[in-house]
Amino acid sequence: MVSMDAAVAGRGSEPKADEQLRLRAEARSLDFYYGTFKALKGVQMPIYENKVTALIGPSGCGKSTFLRCFNRMHDLYPNMRYEGEIRLMPDNVNILAREVDPIEVRMRIGMVFQKPNPFPKSIFENVVYGLRVRGVSNKGALDRKAEQALREAALWNEVKDRLNDLASELSGGQQQRLCIARALATDPEIMLFDEPTSALDPIATASIEELVHELKSRVTILIVTHNMQQAARVSDFTAYMYLGEVVEFGETNQIFIKPAKKATEDYITGRFG
Amino acid sequence: MSALAPTGHDRQISELRALIASGKRKQVIFAAAGVLCTAFAVLVLIAAFLDLLIDGLPRLSWSFLTNFPSRRASEAGILSAWIGSAMVMLVTIFAAVPIGVGAAVYLEEYAKKNWITDLIEINVTNLAGVPSIVFGLLALGLFVHQFGFGEAVLTAGLTLALLILPIVIVSSREALRTVPSHIREAAYAMGATRWQMISDHLLPYSRGGILTGIILGMAEAIGQTAPLITIGALTFIAFLPPTPVTGEFPFLNFAWIWSEFTVLPIQMYNWVSRPDRAFQLNAAAAGVILLGMTLVMNGLAIYLRYQVRKKIKW
Repeated sequence: MVSMDAAVAGRGSEPKADEQLRLRAEARSLDFYYGTFKALKGVQMPIYENKVTALIGPSGCGKSTFLRCFNRMHDLYPNMRYEGEIRLMPDNVNILAREVDPIEVRMRIGMVFQKPNPFPKSIFENVVYGLRVRGVSNKGALDRKAEQALREAALWNEVKDRLNDLASELSGGQQQRLCIARALATDPEIMLFDEPTSALDPIATASIEELVHELKSRVTILIVTHNMQQAARVSDFTAYMYLGEVVEFGETNQIFIKPAKKATEDYITGRFG
Repeated sequence: MSALAPTGHDRQISELRALIASGKRKQVIFAAAGVLCTAFAVLVLIAAFLDLLIDGLPRLSWSFLTNFPSRRASEAGILSAWIGSAMVMLVTIFAAVPIGVGAAVYLEEYAKKNWITDLIEINVTNLAGVPSIVFGLLALGLFVHQFGFGEAVLTAGLTLALLILPIVIVSSREALRTVPSHIREAAYAMGATRWQMISDHLLPYSRGGILTGIILGMAEAIGQTAPLITIGALTFIAFLPPTPVTGEFPFLNFAWIWSEFTVLPIQMYNWVSRPDRAFQLNAAAAGVILLGMTLVMNGLAIYLRYQVRKKIKW
């Protein structure tokens, strides 16, 4: 296993000092409740454009809960409540507001789940589903978009000759890349990844990580991960969460090399968690 | 080995073996009892079926299917009965499927989980246990007298539709529930509305289970006698309802739903109640046809379930 410092130094995307950071979204004193249980407490965090932001922390710390606020996934289940805001730029709209339609939010912000979850349909139908929902029915447009998304998800060469096969015939790693292509096909403004490699073997994991790294030039990425090396390898910014709070947020370099808080250091060095 | 072991240890082992042996004897006795019970149930079923076959098979012929009932047993056939059964089933399908599947989708996907939903659920499940003649009485009051549908194919089809609704609803709900939540979440995450999620994903993925429930419901409905006698099905019909498909535009004719009718089990009942032995053989022959139809439907349901299990992987 690579040591933490080496992993950090190995990243090819050190934010340059003179680079302008543009805000893409921002959580402002965000609280979240499951019934009476307060799962998020005053979360305050910027999401920068074309950067990868990683959420790390022990199980149950609220990182997935936080991620699922961004596409209002919690709205599907009863007894939940948001307080505070997530502002989406550039239109500066609070996507948690009651009057904002969660469907609109989900159309702007895509998501890739922990377990690859392709529909039991053909590979092609999986990729174009988001477009079909948006009313695109022109065959040529669907074909073009499917190819583009599959290329971006580094899957085109493996599936171009069998687009009509069932998605379930693909391997786990291919299925996850198909899910990434499915999200990419609709040109999301932000993509959410909820532990996208936890069900995959190391080789498939490496290919997904590489993909995340390449995709950030096209889309802003927020990724939840259990794997500290993964956060170090793929992200530009990292937030360490514990018990529903953001303990520390900063550039990944700084978080992993000289964390400001003792609690963060204990977690990333494996003394805790 | 035993030479090395202490004698006390030897005794312990032989006690252990005696214990296992007595346990195994009980196991053998229970297994034998189980085989006997199963054999009894199966043999009774086979005997009943064989009896029906021996009586009925010699009467089965093409003309048996194409003749109207007659006073002469050797010329009597089941034409009006099986066509009546088919038409009643057609009405039953068109009524029970949309209502049953719609109710299942509502209860599973839209209804809030509160006491009203619970009450509806309990009622639906209990409806399956209501004696079928009660449905007949309900239909007599509602369809025949209140709505004035008369003693017609439409009334019979709707009555049987009510009767099998619980089966269709319960099995459709079970089928919908087999679609895992991560598939639902995937659809919603793409920006699908609830209805898009249901029509693009839930219904297509659970159609095997839903179809199975519908077919089992039909198999239940086709054998029903009591509720149809209650609403006034005739026992002797020597004419056919107007044909549903015509040669002229618009090619469909719905006059048949107002026609009087009889169905296979009622035709059987009529023949069985006659003193003449020859008519009872006719009843057995009609029974073979009815049983065959039920077996085919059940077989189709099993096949569909198997096909879907094989095809859809999550």
